[in-house]
Amino acid sequence: MTTTMTMAKALNEGLRRAMEKDPKVLLMGEDIGRLGGVFRITDGLQKDFGEDRVVDTPLSESAIVGTAVGLAIRGYRAVCEIQFDGFVYPAFDQIVSQVAKMHKRSDGAYKMAMVIRIPFQGGIGAIEHHSESPEPYFAQTAGLRVVSCSTPNDAYWMIQQSIEHDDPIIFCEPKCRYWEKGEVDLESPPSGLFDAVVRREGTDVTLIAYGASVKTALRAAETAAVEGTSIEVIDTRSIAPLDIGLMAKSLEKTGRVVVVQESPHTASIGSEIVSELTQRCFYSLKAPGIRVSGYHVPYPPTRIEEDYRPSVDRILDAVDRVMGFES
Amino acid sequence: MIDEELVQLLTPEGERVENSEYESTLNGDEIFGFYRDMVIIRRLCNESTSLQRQGQLALWAPVQGQEAAQIGAGRALAPMDFTFPTYREHGIAWCRGVPPENMLRLFRAVSNGGWDPQKYRHSVPTVVLGSQTLHAVGYAMGIQRDGAEEAAMAFFGDGASSQGDVMEAFVWAASFNAPVVFFCQNNQWGISTPSTVQSKIPLYHRAHGFGFPGVRVDGNDVLAVYEVTKRALDSARVGGGPTLIEAYTYRIGAHTTSDDPTRYRIDAEVEVWKHRDPVERVKALLVHEYKVKNADFDGVAAEAETMALKLREDVLAMSRPDPITMFDNAYAAPHPLIEEGRREMIDLGISGGEL
Repeated sequence: MTTTMTMAKALNEGLRRAMEKDPKVLLMGEDIGRLGGVFRITDGLQKDFGEDRVVDTPLSESAIVGTAVGLAIRGYRAVCEIQFDGFVYPAFDQIVSQVAKMHKRSDGAYKMAMVIRIPFQGGIGAIEHHSESPEPYFAQTAGLRVVSCSTPNDAYWMIQQSIEHDDPIIFCEPKCRYWEKGEVDLESPPSGLFDAVVRREGTDVTLIAYGASVKTALRAAETAAVEGTSIEVIDTRSIAPLDIGLMAKSLEKTGRVVVVQESPHTASIGSEIVSELTQRCFYSLKAPGIRVSGYHVPYPPTRIEEDYRPSVDRILDAVDRVMGFES
Repeated sequence: MIDEELVQLLTPEGERVENSEYESTLNGDEIFGFYRDMVIIRRLCNESTSLQRQGQLALWAPVQGQEAAQIGAGRALAPMDFTFPTYREHGIAWCRGVPPENMLRLFRAVSNGGWDPQKYRHSVPTVVLGSQTLHAVGYAMGIQRDGAEEAAMAFFGDGASSQGDVMEAFVWAASFNAPVVFFCQNNQWGISTPSTVQSKIPLYHRAHGFGFPGVRVDGNDVLAVYEVTKRALDSARVGGGPTLIEAYTYRIGAHTTSDDPTRYRIDAEVEVWKHRDPVERVKALLVHEYKVKNADFDGVAAEAETMALKLREDVLAMSRPDPITMFDNAYAAPHPLIEEGRREMIDLGISGGEL
């Protein structure tokens, strides 16, 4: 059975289903109860599951994550909502030094089963600290896993798969796609949580993206097709670990790769992808891999954010560059 | 008196003190048991310092001077309570039943933890101080949801009291009326920083600002620490909410074996506190009130000696782990980079381990 809904609603339904299935699942965050969260992702859940399972917390991110550690030790599965990407840093110590390392520190006695939901990336015209891409910080940390959904169907399934998983997961939600609709299959998941998927098949260039950038990549592929360039678009879905195998398979076919991301490109997910693919597919490469990223500046005032975020034009420019190399 | 509100039931000379709110409920055998605990912990601590000096431990965090604070608190716990320590809670670990050699695995640098925290209901050591107070509050929120009559207890010191996480833990514990006891050992020094820099008011006064009770207890008086802690735990278990206990004590030794306290504090101060020794005052009480004989004290000393010898043997037997074990428990579920790392290590012949 499929139905059409927004990504926000899909996340809401996914959370609802996870809470129905497992009484140990609880939600914690700022304004997530009566208000339903600033993006309404948890709308109506406190009414149905009560204040003990949908916890309106004091305004302290470190405590939202730190208490989730204690709850995990007690056997609960907390889903923490960080209100905006730029607000996650007060919880950085808890995430990096505690959540990520507790399983190891306890020699496996503790499972840090929790999900830390972060609305990330820009595109909504917000003020500072509301449009960032913090995922590279977490991808670099052993003990964590980082995933991102780009469609309502993935949102619905990936949030449930993340909650069921025994490792801590940073769940990045592309906030500018919250209100876009898509088909959701309510019966079976599209793939495993850590699998990348091919969103569009092509033969000339492998275009890799995650989160909000997937849609931009697909639009670039459509435009390129009109000009005669066939682009294969891959949605990484999982950011850490990366499903490099699927990307390598595509690159062996196309010989050219462009990665799209909103974070600056230094030590980024795109850097990791290009590096891994270069190592694995060196003899298939027809051009060096290129990253289309945010610039190395603090996220700009949003009147000019569309000149910071990877656009269709910037992606097509990168496509032209990789197509311009001749071996 | 350090503070007119300091709860003390036993003077440094071992004389009983009347207190309007607390009285000792312990009998002679129990007090002797606490004495034994304290002697053993002090001996364990001295042996560990020696082991470090002999190059057998990477580091050691001495607990000398704080034995009463830890044994009094540790013995007030019920079996189902759950404790969240720093790296100096050797007395608490002892009370929770953690084998002494397990306490030293961290310091021997063969583990990042050392014991099974679920088995002993004593969490792993926390080195980034203050973080553990939030874990205790979260655990306490779990207790509430389970409807259990249990409590969580967070340990920290005067240094960590300045950490933001501790403030957040206080806020949350108060907001949710969580069954948690915050046990702050004010040992006067955060490495070289005196507690007067951490706080301009007595630390236990902070609790009032957060909306729950705070108590300052003589941390070198095991009888008082026990009663104060027991009451706080009893209250937490039945919905009474959090309590902050400030155990006013002193770190006789260095912060760790890497520290040199002569650079920042004067000997006279240490001497003053040596006269407030937590072990000697209980011994004095046991002698004059319970007529405990020298032979009994000698028995405890011999037991501590045997334990120290065994500890030394156990530590020396802890060999370098197989490097491949670094991949164990990094994740709970299979992970491609873990498999990749394992494979590389095996291919390089670094480890004889299996995939």
